[in-house]
Amino acid sequence: MRVLNKKAISRRSFLKTGTVTALGLTIMGPMVIGKNNAWAATFKTLGADDAATLIQMARDCYPHDFLADKYYAKVIEGIEAQAGKDKAFKSMVSKELKKINSSAKKHYKVNYKDINRELERTDILKKNSKSPLFKKVQGDLVVGLYNNQEVWPKFGYEGESASKGGYMNRGFNDIDWL
Amino acid sequence: MAKFSKNDDSLVVIIGSGAGGGTLGMELAMKGIKTVILEAGGRHGPQDFVNDEWGSFGQISWLDKRTTSGDWRVSRDFSGLPAWIVKAVGGSTLHWAGASLRFQDHEWKARTTYGDVKGASLLDWPIDGKEMAPWYAKAEDHMGTTGTNGIPRLPGNNNYKVLAAGAKKMGYKKFHTGNMSINSQPRDGRGACQQIGFCFQGCKSGAKWSSGYVSIPKGEATGKLECRSNSQVLKIEHDKNGKVNGVVYADKDGKVHKQKARIVCVAGNSIESPRLLLNSESSMFKNGLANSSGQVGRNYMRHMTASTYAIFEKPVYMYRGTTMAGIIQDESINDTRRGFVGGYELETLSLGLPFMAAFLDPGQWGREFAASMEGYDRMAGLWIVGEDMPQSNNRVTLHKKIKDQHGMPVPNVNFSDHENDIKMRNHAWKQSIALYESVGANKTIKTPPYPSTHNLGTNRMSAKASDGVVNKYGQTWDVKNLFVSDGSQFTTGAAENPTLTIVALAMRQAEYIAKQMSSKAI
Repeated sequence: MRVLNKKAISRRSFLKTGTVTALGLTIMGPMVIGKNNAWAATFKTLGADDAATLIQMARDCYPHDFLADKYYAKVIEGIEAQAGKDKAFKSMVSKELKKINSSAKKHYKVNYKDINRELERTDILKKNSKSPLFKKVQGDLVVGLYNNQEVWPKFGYEGESASKGGYMNRGFNDIDWL
Repeated sequence: MAKFSKNDDSLVVIIGSGAGGGTLGMELAMKGIKTVILEAGGRHGPQDFVNDEWGSFGQISWLDKRTTSGDWRVSRDFSGLPAWIVKAVGGSTLHWAGASLRFQDHEWKARTTYGDVKGASLLDWPIDGKEMAPWYAKAEDHMGTTGTNGIPRLPGNNNYKVLAAGAKKMGYKKFHTGNMSINSQPRDGRGACQQIGFCFQGCKSGAKWSSGYVSIPKGEATGKLECRSNSQVLKIEHDKNGKVNGVVYADKDGKVHKQKARIVCVAGNSIESPRLLLNSESSMFKNGLANSSGQVGRNYMRHMTASTYAIFEKPVYMYRGTTMAGIIQDESINDTRRGFVGGYELETLSLGLPFMAAFLDPGQWGREFAASMEGYDRMAGLWIVGEDMPQSNNRVTLHKKIKDQHGMPVPNVNFSDHENDIKMRNHAWKQSIALYESVGANKTIKTPPYPSTHNLGTNRMSAKASDGVVNKYGQTWDVKNLFVSDGSQFTTGAAENPTLTIVALAMRQAEYIAKQMSSKAI
């Protein structure tokens, strides 16, 4: 059976820059994101603190421990871009983050992103799951995170196949463990 | 390739180019009848299809504004997307999986077979399996259906092998790689399936039959068929005697044109077809065209559907190869000891990683959902497709306020499950979970219905004019030169994927129209 190595580093360094619109959700193309949380500085509109909170929220929505923050940050860049163009949206983001943080402080004494345990952070998200910001983050992420071709090999998904002649000679029927 | 005048009133005008409209256009042209197909979408083919789920979704889907209501989960999770169908030449035969199954004899007679089911508006079809047999044979030959006409079945992929191993453990007997209109060997000028996957995104090898790149070009080659793309029909017009005489359509720039017609055939799928009839109201037809029965838009069916995905210890790579790679038919019977009438098919299905995230359990998030996604490469999956009960209030209506880009009221799709649908779905989930567990599944997921791909019944065929919209040939009861040529004429849905039946009905209708024209009846 042709088994994929999910830990191999993808040869595709970046997605094509552009936008994907699906089910009314818009995801912006990527920006270059550095190591050691240097990405925080790139979120000029949201600010480093709010951006870090949103990235934590993104990871808590779809927690894959093998994915680096940069994959989550890429989706949050869409929110950054929208906040840069739309004042009402920007104020919604900051208002809703305040609400989420005050809910976190009430139950766990610290801001949302400073809660150490995932179960406690998701408890706060569940309490705020009707928040338009949470819905926006979750909706953007479910399309944007899993449509990022860079993450596909890590899930064992091979993507486009027609140019490789399909799977006729590449394991469409090679299951050997049944 | 023909190009006809908009003032030519001798034409048959077909609205829509999918399984019904595309086939009808080809058949009429081959009989020498001058025909124009007006297709709302653009023209795409194997050369520009993309192996990319969201990319393809943006390229070929019908994304015009629609609204939803009712208790179905689609209305909550995808409120603007009741149906996942195509706006392009070839219609939904671009993204169909290829399953080509005949109705069973008892399914033509649902009211007689199932009796008076409370809350259901069941009728018998005014036709039966014997009458349809030669048309099915003609359709299978045209489409190149595997398992018919000496065409070998396709080889099974990994997803099928898991299904088949489970089927054997369950004691099922009727399972195989399906009757698929996908070439298993070169035929009709098209090559054999390369096991690409991405059947839903348009077949890049052209091995899968589609009216868009198979039937319509055959019609065009006669010089009698014009397929005018990017032409969205807004209204059907009639003369003072109540006969239709033309249609109004918008081109890709939104410019409005009128095309004259001797006969009009509506084949825009079960949401757009009733919408168009309702939007064609006039002082003579106040409730919409061909709607004296009040049945236009009613009895909307979408098949009882759901999916089951199972996660194993070792890899499956279910996305490799044909999307619908095999079928179990043992449950597609009417055995009321199961607690419901009618039956269902179990058909393999796979989604790529992007669509799996969107559809596995819409709206879910957190560690449990993420863990399921991490099992993606170890997943096998199937689709459940069964007969749903027609219900009078499951219906397509015109939205009172919202209008589309051409100023026409948008359709609202109201749907709620019938109790029989729920019982059948639960049974199918139970059986398919047992099947996957019998071959070692560690986790199973009940996936709710996707936005509808099988849209049926909103202009139904009936023996009596008061019960439905069209007669046994798809001719409207009220207007004799107006026909319905798509799945909206279905009286009931049966358990089988509908495309083969739509094609067979269109072929039969073409013969009827030709005879009616030559005898000057219309």
